[in-house]
Amino acid sequence: MSARSSALPARSRPGLSPARRARNLLMGALIGLSTVIVVAPLILIFGYLLREGLGAMNLDFFTRTPAPEGETGGGLLNAIVGSLQMLAMASVLGVGVGVAGGIFLAEYPRHPLMPTVRMLSDVLAGIPAIVMGLVAYGLIVLQFGFSGLAGAVALGFLMIPIVVRTTEEVLKLVPLTVREAGLSLGLPQWLVILRIVLPAAAGGIVTGVMLALARVAGEAAPLLFTAFGNPLVSLDPTKPMSALPLEIFRGATSAYDENQRLAKAGALLLILIIFATSLLARWASRRR
Amino acid sequence: MSTPLLTAQDVSIHYGDKQAVRGVNLSIERGTVNALIGPSGCGKTTFLRAINRMHDLTPGARVTGRIVLDGEDMYAPGVDAVAMRRRVGMVFQKPNPFPTMSVFDNVVSGLKLTGVRDRARLMEVAERSLRGAALWDEVKDRLKTPATGLSGGQQQRLCIARALAVEPELLLMDEPTSALDPASTARIEDLMTGLKKVTTILIVTHNMHQAARVSDTTSFFLNGDLVEHGVTDQVFTSPRDERTEAYVTGRFG
Repeated sequence: MSARSSALPARSRPGLSPARRARNLLMGALIGLSTVIVVAPLILIFGYLLREGLGAMNLDFFTRTPAPEGETGGGLLNAIVGSLQMLAMASVLGVGVGVAGGIFLAEYPRHPLMPTVRMLSDVLAGIPAIVMGLVAYGLIVLQFGFSGLAGAVALGFLMIPIVVRTTEEVLKLVPLTVREAGLSLGLPQWLVILRIVLPAAAGGIVTGVMLALARVAGEAAPLLFTAFGNPLVSLDPTKPMSALPLEIFRGATSAYDENQRLAKAGALLLILIIFATSLLARWASRRR
Repeated sequence: MSTPLLTAQDVSIHYGDKQAVRGVNLSIERGTVNALIGPSGCGKTTFLRAINRMHDLTPGARVTGRIVLDGEDMYAPGVDAVAMRRRVGMVFQKPNPFPTMSVFDNVVSGLKLTGVRDRARLMEVAERSLRGAALWDEVKDRLKTPATGLSGGQQQRLCIARALAVEPELLLMDEPTSALDPASTARIEDLMTGLKKVTTILIVTHNMHQAARVSDTTSFFLNGDLVEHGVTDQVFTSPRDERTEAYVTGRFG
């Protein structure tokens, strides 16, 4: 807003002294520059990936698995299928625990455990993704070996604090008087929460889940030693599974052009997925 | 006289260290409209909410004394607040229909959410409650539309219908018309006289004319004390306490 009002200062405000006018222009220019600095990386990354990756995004990219090292062709079907499976499994954990936690924080502020849970959730939000991977490694991989499920658990843990936070926030937006109306009808509190408050906040919760998904969809670190990666399409969650970030990591660090090309296309796809998810999230929160 | 529906005995309510209501004694007869009047912050709403155990949810709020509904002490140990609230309905200051529900679902929510599935019975309850709230004719063709699409006055009558649907013995109304225009206010006032046939009403109001128009008895609260309680005509025309007289003649408040 201030950027726009300072865009035409000299003509629209004839009464300003030259010094103020100069300062106004300078500040306007600084604000404009800052805006460019903020937006430029996104546009540059997107442009680069479009230029480099769009060419590799052909039918093969979506329908074939990576070609052996040094050969041309192939695609990332294994990674696309793997990412979708792991995100679906991670959602079960992230949404289940996250929404429950958010309800607890928003609806039971007088509970003695509430401050502890709030603090733990905040700490959880700050734990690095790779540490979450280690947790899943210790919990699952050490006993059962690398698996898509282990990767999904790591991603699910990452989703939990995000979903907790957004769920709590949107539940608090539902007016207290709606809860009181429910209670005054002689409904028990859990029914009021489940059937009246939660539906009223559903749009916001969906938004939070979408954002959490978009956030973890691009994580490679927690998957390195959990899902591990798989050159073939795997539908068995107890076996190693590939994911887009893993293939991007593998391809981008490869010596072969062909692999790098696939990695760039994979990165482009990932960004498009995240972009689409964010748009969906906005749409979900605006409906109603 | 028959036994009163509601008796308050030495009811005091604290918020933390602050005392909001001091030793109130009051009884309410069946099938009457009873008004609680008084200036802002005098404790009338606080007292009203205690009769629905709404303070259970307010951190730091404490209710002492006895509130007896039809022979049962609402605050006795072991009494289920949920069961008590089922017998006492409440209409709030601002219309608060459940935002995601249709008009119909709002009205029958008290039954439907506790497991009543019988469509015919729900329909019958909905019609009876909406007629009771003088809303049936306006919404009978749009029962499936969102309740938030109704006007403010209609929403408030919807909330009355919703409270009536669970057949409360006592209906509490917390300034139910303060957010409404004069026409909607008049409709709700007209309604109350009819409602006496099915329930008993305790209404908090800022508007003394409203109290004079609709109620059988009036209680005047001041600074947490119940100053005077009596038949409405008497309270307004020949109050016993000079503070009541000062208030009803408009010298303060």
